Amino acid sequence: MVSAVFHSPLEAHAALPPAAKAVARPVATAAPVALQPMPRVPRDFRAVWLRVLPPVLGFALLVLVWELVALKSTTGFPSPLATWQQALTVFSDPFYSKGPNDQGVGWNVLSSLQRVALGFGLAAAVGIPAGFAIGRFEFLSRMFNPLISLLRPVSPLAWLPIGLLVFKGANPAAIWTIFICSIWPMIINTAVGVQRVPSDYMNVARVLNLSEWKIFTKILFPAVLPYMLTGVRLAVGTAWLVIVAAEMLTGGVGIGFWVWDEWNNLNVANIIIAIFVIGIVGLVLEFALVKIATAFTFEEVKQ
Amino acid sequence: MNDDSKYIAIEGVEQRFKTAKGSFLALRDIHLNVAKGEFITLIGHSGCGKSTLLNLIAGLTTPTQGVLLCANREIKGPGPERAVVFQNHSLLPWLTCHENVYLAVERVFAATENKAQLKARTEAALALVGLTPAAQKRPGEISGGMKQRVGIARALSMEPKVLLMDEPFGALDALTRAKLQDELLAIVQKTRSTVVMVTHDVDEAVLLSDRIVMLTNGPAATIGEVLAVDIQRPRNRVALAEDPVYVHARKAVIDFLYTRQAHVEKVAA
Repeated sequence: MVSAVFHSPLEAHAALPPAAKAVARPVATAAPVALQPMPRVPRDFRAVWLRVLPPVLGFALLVLVWELVALKSTTGFPSPLATWQQALTVFSDPFYSKGPNDQGVGWNVLSSLQRVALGFGLAAAVGIPAGFAIGRFEFLSRMFNPLISLLRPVSPLAWLPIGLLVFKGANPAAIWTIFICSIWPMIINTAVGVQRVPSDYMNVARVLNLSEWKIFTKILFPAVLPYMLTGVRLAVGTAWLVIVAAEMLTGGVGIGFWVWDEWNNLNVANIIIAIFVIGIVGLVLEFALVKIATAFTFEEVKQ
Repeated sequence: MNDDSKYIAIEGVEQRFKTAKGSFLALRDIHLNVAKGEFITLIGHSGCGKSTLLNLIAGLTTPTQGVLLCANREIKGPGPERAVVFQNHSLLPWLTCHENVYLAVERVFAATENKAQLKARTEAALALVGLTPAAQKRPGEISGGMKQRVGIARALSMEPKVLLMDEPFGALDALTRAKLQDELLAIVQKTRSTVVMVTHDVDEAVLLSDRIVMLTNGPAATIGEVLAVDIQRPRNRVALAEDPVYVHARKAVIDFLYTRQAHVEKVAA
């Protein structure tokens, strides 16, 4: 009864995609090559405008508001133009180094990225295997779920003093903070991915009597990969958010520290430049990871 | 010991499931022997426990009472000697057709054969179902009928003692289904496999089976009737359409399903 009920929606499910795909495939493969050049010229003009105009207007609005704030400001808030000119000087030599407290913006970004990479890498090395184990074995899942639920909502910065205490250094403490904040999404997403591996695939594994290693490499890992990459993406996003705050507190070289340093110098233009740099780097990270995730996700897993 | 008429022996099997509302009796009192090389279909209305019984033979579930034997050994879990063709093909979407079949071949024969032999076996299995041209394609790139054929190739490639099929053609259109049924008949003729197949299609059951096992309506379903189909093989679906034995068998199954076992269906609906 249970199996029969369980099977019937799958039957309907299985019946639809192949037919849909069979129709869609040839068209999809043939059309872009043959048809693209032709309709592009007359019709897509409006579409191009719709794509270009709104973002341009959005940025224009931002600059307008910014200009107004700068005009009304009595505290020396820099205008967009002044910021732009400052940016040109900042980016004309991004990799200068005049001692530990005065380095180019390039060095600052790179050291922040390095911390993120280290903390995130360690978190991935621990979190992904942990996620697999928690997803695969119910005992472990029941054991760790309460801990994860308790610790996950804690702001990563709350862990910074613990890091300072244990590692006795600003840099390891910042990496520790990144580690803590990026481990949760990876554990949780990987575990959920393992728990959601379709039971059909696991039945195949059982009928073939596959070894645990084969189950992992041929079934679990490919099936979980999209979930895992979502976890990685969330983790990198959070890590990039947190590093700025962490560096403000720990000092050293880094984009967060740079922001704080420029605040102490009352160089507001540089702070604004830093905000844009942080945004752009975050965007690039996100974009790269989305690309990787789509490359590794199979149609039938996406559903 | 070598009693071929009792190759699969199902003795007093009962299956209960624990549900939120308490225990649910799916199957009771199942007694069935399947001879070596026999083609058995299980037929019945939806929810009568056909798939449950198949899963029990596969070893994917264990009965709450009774015992199942295959070649005089108790079925304690799934194993490659009892290959399953799943209803929804269950191919791994990240592997090509070749790799999907190879996974099974490798599991069964890697201990005794080298890579070239394993590859040859995989290719032979795909050729058997006529899928050599699609070997390097992924399941997402081929039609539903082709996927089901890969599923069959995967099962056959293991040279299983028993082939278990759970509504293998249920999701296919009538023409593809007929084609695959004919292919299956030819393959089984060649390999002399023991087959247990779940279906809800009367024509399919009569065309393919040596015996049709009809299940009563669930819950607490059991075997209502077993009908032997005495038609010579190879069978031809066109010639059979007017064969009196075929027509009679078909009538008997329809009578069982829609006259004697119809009432519960009405209540359920």
